[in-house]
Amino acid sequence: MTRYVISQTVLLSVVWLLFSGMWTYPVILSLGVASVIVTVWLVGRMGLLARDTEVLHMIPAALRYWPWLMGQIVRANLQVAGRILAGPDAIDPRIAQTKTLQRTHVGRAIMANSITLTPGTVTLRVTEDHIEYYALTPDLVDDLEAGEMNRRALRFEEGLS
Amino acid sequence: MGIVLDILSWMLLLAGSALMVIGGIGLIRMPDFYSRIQAAGLTDTLCSILILLGLTLQADSVPLAAKLLFTLVFLLFTGPTAAHALAKTAQHDRLEPWRRAPGGASSKR
Repeated sequence: MTRYVISQTVLLSVVWLLFSGMWTYPVILSLGVASVIVTVWLVGRMGLLARDTEVLHMIPAALRYWPWLMGQIVRANLQVAGRILAGPDAIDPRIAQTKTLQRTHVGRAIMANSITLTPGTVTLRVTEDHIEYYALTPDLVDDLEAGEMNRRALRFEEGLS
Repeated sequence: MGIVLDILSWMLLLAGSALMVIGGIGLIRMPDFYSRIQAAGLTDTLCSILILLGLTLQADSVPLAAKLLFTLVFLLFTGPTAAHALAKTAQHDRLEPWRRAPGGASSKR
């Protein structure tokens, strides 16, 4: 508990300092301190000072996953941009399903959000062990079936525990 | 140093703007709701990334750059959420996706 109070306080303080940009006025700084304290108290009251909702411990896993995802986003953007310029003749949409390897809600949310974040595919439905998604072209289905995103999202999920 | 940053920043901004235009073309040109979401996906993702990074390079203070980067992070979380909500609702209301007509030639709308 103490750990999460500390990490939440550090996070909110850094965000407050970055957003306000006023680091030298005592009056405003003390108002910032007060708002951080009130916010941490509110978050605690909501029962959100727990491991699942703590952001800092997610950073190492996220830093391993995001660069790869960013590459996929760039690749998918160029593909879809090409399809758009080629017109509706270049697309062959379908709805497909993929089995999810992740076990937790957070893991499945990471996977579903990654599918939607890469243009050309959008998640339609998430069940206990499947994700149903819309794909603009058949090769996007092949890409997802190859399972690299699934495995990397699983590694992300494992990195959180 | 300043000129290098300016050139880099302008390249990012122009590339982002080009993607924005292509996304707009796709929004009109794609045949149905689901495929239009994909076109909007361009402006949601790489377009916002490029433009916000380009603007960050133009920022003259750390708090300003931080705000732009936070904006980017929030966009990358809310964008797919909105796209998913739209697509899920469309599917829930039994909107069938546009399909390529069998036999090669595509039916227009």
